[in-house]
Amino acid sequence: MSNEMSIRSELTKGFFRENPVFAMLLGMCPVLGVTTTAINGIGMGVASLAVLLGSNTVVALFKDLIPEKVRIPAYIVVIASFVTIVDLSMAAYLPDLHRSLGLFIPLIVVNCVILGRAEAFASRNSLAYSVIDGLTMGLGFTMALGMLGAVREVLGSGALFGFAFVGEDATTMLLFVMPPGAFIALGFLIAAVNTAVKKAQAFAAARSRAVSTQPATEGVN
Amino acid sequence: MTGDYMTIVIAAMLVNNLVLVQFLGICPFLGVSSRLSTAIGMSAAVMFVMTLAAIATYLIRQFLLIPFELQFLETVSFILVIASLVQLVEIVMKKISPPLHQALGVFLPLITTNCAIMGVALLIVQHGYTLGETIVFAIASAIGFTIALVAFAGIRERLALMPVPKAMRGGPIALVTAGLLSLAFMGFQGLA
Repeated sequence: MSNEMSIRSELTKGFFRENPVFAMLLGMCPVLGVTTTAINGIGMGVASLAVLLGSNTVVALFKDLIPEKVRIPAYIVVIASFVTIVDLSMAAYLPDLHRSLGLFIPLIVVNCVILGRAEAFASRNSLAYSVIDGLTMGLGFTMALGMLGAVREVLGSGALFGFAFVGEDATTMLLFVMPPGAFIALGFLIAAVNTAVKKAQAFAAARSRAVSTQPATEGVN
Repeated sequence: MTGDYMTIVIAAMLVNNLVLVQFLGICPFLGVSSRLSTAIGMSAAVMFVMTLAAIATYLIRQFLLIPFELQFLETVSFILVIASLVQLVEIVMKKISPPLHQALGVFLPLITTNCAIMGVALLIVQHGYTLGETIVFAIASAIGFTIALVAFAGIRERLALMPVPKAMRGGPIALVTAGLLSLAFMGFQGLA
């Protein structure tokens, strides 16, 4: 029972409660840099997901073999290898996306989310949990990038996933596809998501208090 | 010749500001900008590491990767060079200035995962700069990073005293502020 519950909480934590972008403000460079369209955002998210999954798996497998003192360089080499694989594969199979993401593909190697998960999670947990962690954190990251990309694309170019829904000569808020718009849109998006999450948690806590007949033993967090 | 260098300096410092236009080094930009003094210390550390890293990665690429046709190892070798340099800076700083090390101790390892350093090394490869241009570009980029970080820290010190709506406190208001700062930097567009 408790094991099942913790798998469930592992599966959901990456989306809102511990979302790397909304809750922890990590890995901001690609978040701001590539999200001019929803497609770019999701493409970047999936590339990071692939690296995160690979690095979490390898780190969890070899955690007992890596000496404590050189663990950070070892993790970095593992991550850099996966980044190189993703970089070269994308250049071969998705050249257009690779071109529009540009510099930010090799820069996945310095994404704090990936090293952070290797150090904080994969090096301390079993393989299965590390794979789940990589998957959910990666999906949470992809979701955040996709959301920001969609907001910026709708406001800035009047389109979504490349399909324009305003006329050719319509005036759109160009600001949102330019650098300042990235900061401003992300600021408001984080405020909105965090407020919604807090409301939902307060609601769930109030309901569980009303339902349970026994006095609550756990604090409401 | 000097004109070329001047163009690189203006472009790297203002027009293509590392943080506000290219989105490199956002983590320290948001992380250490709540106090002016730490922002200055962090900028100094970044400037030092960035210049050394740019030179080191340039030399490694010219004399190891290109002669042996190992360009696909670029990402791996660059990050290793940067990680070792950060270690070196940390050791030196611990010896020379313990108070500064205490203030920045938490953030120094984070320079390793600072995309600005790696980003500058990769941008130099993309632009195909010579060694002289590399050094000028790295220093100018670091100055650009410093300008953005110090200006932002100054604003945030004021912002801490302002009544901010509950939902916008912390990260969100900082991001919106950064957006306005970035808007100001758009004014440099077309300068170089």
